[in-house]
This record gives sequence, C-alpha cells and structure tokens, in this order.
Amino acid sequence: MRGVALVLGLVALPALGDPTPQEVEKVMQRDFHARGQAGMERVLQDGVQRLCTESRDRPPAELAKALEADQMKTVVIPHGSLVGDWKRGEAIAQSGRGLTWNDKPGEPAGGSCYNCHDLSPRELSHGTIGPSLRGFGKVRGASPEVQRYVYGKIYNAKAYNLCSQMPRLGASGTLTPEQIKDLVALLLDPASPVNQ
Amino acid sequence: MKLAALGFAAALAVPAQAQDAAKEIQRYRQMVAEGSPAELFELEGEALWKKPQGPKNASLERCDLGEGPGVLKAAYAHLPRYFKDADRVMDLETRLLHCMTTLQARTREEATKRVFGSADRPSEFESLSAYIAGQSRGAKIEPGMAHAKEKASYELGRALYLQRVGAWDFSCASCHGDEGKRIRMQELPVLQKPEAARAVMASWPAYRVSTSQFITLQWRMNDCYRQMRTPEPTFGSETTVALIHFLTVTARGETYHGPGNKR
Repeated sequence: MRGVALVLGLVALPALGDPTPQEVEKVMQRDFHARGQAGMERVLQDGVQRLCTESRDRPPAELAKALEADQMKTVVIPHGSLVGDWKRGEAIAQSGRGLTWNDKPGEPAGGSCYNCHDLSPRELSHGTIGPSLRGFGKVRGASPEVQRYVYGKIYNAKAYNLCSQMPRLGASGTLTPEQIKDLVALLLDPASPVNQ
Repeated sequence: MKLAALGFAAALAVPAQAQDAAKEIQRYRQMVAEGSPAELFELEGEALWKKPQGPKNASLERCDLGEGPGVLKAAYAHLPRYFKDADRVMDLETRLLHCMTTLQARTREEATKRVFGSADRPSEFESLSAYIAGQSRGAKIEPGMAHAKEKASYELGRALYLQRVGAWDFSCASCHGDEGKRIRMQELPVLQKPEAARAVMASWPAYRVSTSQFITLQWRMNDCYRQMRTPEPTFGSETTVALIHFLTVTARGETYHGPGNKR
C-alpha cells in the first residue's frame, strides 16, 4: 500500500491538509452505524476503492492493470449459453432495489440499469451517467465472446475499467448469475427492444 | 396542494412528456412561488420553537444558533459554524439537537427518536428547520471558515465527497461529478462547483412536491448514503455536518432564498 501511495504522489496531489482515505475511513467507522442488511464492513475500502479514491479515478496504468487482473479472478462465467430471457432482463434493468438498509434481505434486487443507461427506446426516463446501450447487440452480434464480455462486465465492471462508476453487480452479490444472463439477453437478443 | 402535486407527478410519469419535465418543474415552481407549501411548515416550526418541552419545560427561544441566544435573523445563512460551548462545528439540525439536550434537558435518544418525518407528520427538525431557514431569506450565505475546526470540517467534507465506499463503490462524485449527467430524468448538479452549489444551497431545506414532505439537509445526506448502499450515517455526526459544511462553503456569497421547492 505504501508503494501505491508513493507512485500516486506523482499522479494526483491531494490538497495539503486534506484527510487521507484512511483517515476518512476512520471517521466513517465512528460516524456510521449498521442498519438492516447494510453492515459496517461496507465503510471499509477494498484495494480498488482505495486506489480510485487516492487517484481521483485516474490510477497509474500499471497498477490499474494489476488490480483489474485481480478483479477478473472474481468473475465466474457459467457454462453454456449466457443469453437468458430479455423480458425478465428488462424488469431487472428497470428495478433500482437491492442492498440498501431498507431493502428486505433475500428479496431479489434489480440492476438499476436505466438509472444510468439508455437501453430500450420505449423507456425515455433513462439516466446518462453511463454510455447509451441502444442497439448494443445489433452492432456486436451475440457470439460466445460477446456473451462472455457482457456477462463479465455486468458481473464485475472493475475487471475491465478499474475506476468505472458501475457497481460490481455480480461480485457484490447484488444480482444472481440467472439475473445477469437475463440482462445479457436484454442487450444481445435480436428480439430485445434494445436491438429494435 | 395535493391535487397540484398529483397532476405534477402524473405529468412526470408519462414518458412522452418526459422532455417537458424540466419545463413543468419550472412552471410549478413559479406557480407556488407566491404561496409556498413550505410556509405551513414555517408556521408549525415557529409554534414548536416557542413550545415548552422536556424535563426543564423550556422552549428553544434561548437557543443560540451562533448570532446570540434567540437571534434568528440570518442565523441559518451563517451555519455550519464552530460553537465554543460544544467545541465542534454544527449545522442547524445538530445545533437544534444541542439546544434540546441542554436548554430542555431532553436525552439525545428521546430527541432523535424520529428525526425524519412523513407527509402527515413532519419531524420537529423539519418544522424547526423551515421556520429558522425562513428567517435567513435575503441574507448572504457565509458559513464559518475562520476557526481551525471549521477549516478541518470543510476539508473532511471535501474528502468525504470523493471517498469511494459501500457495496456499489460510489462516492458523492460518482453522480455529482460530471456536468450534464442525469439519473433517470433527474439532473445532477456538480456540487464541488460554486455555480451549481450556490443554486442548490440557497434553496435547502425544501418542500418536496413528489412526497408532500419537508426535507432537510441531514435527510439529504442520509438518503444519498442509503442509495450509495453504505450503513447509516448518524444524525448530527461529524460526517454529515462536514459534507453540509463543504457544500455550504462552496456556495458562499449567494443570497439565501429558501426554503425552496423540489421535484
């Protein structure tokens, strides 16, 4: 970690006097309390969160590559077709539920996809934090490679772009493998409204 | 009021009219500008300010919000600030809690049992915030930045804004970090920038049309962290005050014109 801080010193100099991410973490440990399913372990940063905070989301290329490779190890890709049911995928993409302190544990979560992405042309109420995914499968096809890429990206976006703002929806336990397959279908199935 | 709110919500729910949403909000704001629902909360807050409560059966009328005991004029516009008697930086709600536990001798536990209310029954903090913020209309936003603890609070707030944390790896800047972004149809102000912070901070706390609730800055911090999938920040904690302090300092110089109206 010390090595990381030294390298980062050259990349992003935080303003003098600003608390470090470690110090902020200590403050949060004191000032937050567990509620519902949201336990206190969530204020502890992992290596990805720490590096992205320290570098203001611009990590040095070498370090980013190493940590992305670590994240890739978390991605478990099921055998066989990864294309589920796009209709179920649409419902998952619409839902913003899951993992908050007032969500019931055990109830299925959503992917909050429309919060940030444009997907189906039928849904005009979409966010713009992430890129538009309209016509995603139409452009790329649905080869096994593309399926694996989409599945992996949804499972752990940080394996592909370390400081992406997209949650690690599989690795964080938000979505099940079945739900991720349904989202793959929403993006890749030629019958999906995304590809109309 | 309810009807107008319903009509407004219905307009938002129709996708074909989604692009008109911003215009609708503007129209609605103009409509209520002359008689804001926030005024009802201000009146309730005034009654609560003067109501004797707690073991000491005292009102809050001697509460010192920084301008002297009982002085309300421009007090909100100068918060958060350092208070010597508590040896810490406090925002309005934290200071009110301090006055409840000292002047009224209420326990912290009792006074914070219900910090965020509902449409039917606002919390004490919501009504009091409406009343006290209203006494700052026309005053320049000028939070404390002279004391060492005020500078430290501002710096902590700035660092918290950028701390990536929680089950979904978000920081405040994940949503409020780039110009021109939206969540669904909701535009997201880049709150580290004075231009954006000024407009926002000059109108909080506010009446929220979609839920018919009066919402405060402590509520805003709490509900952002909920959506960030972290555990819950404690009401009046240094964390919530530091974030509010950072945002308010970023907005300084703006004339306060709240309590405002939100979607």
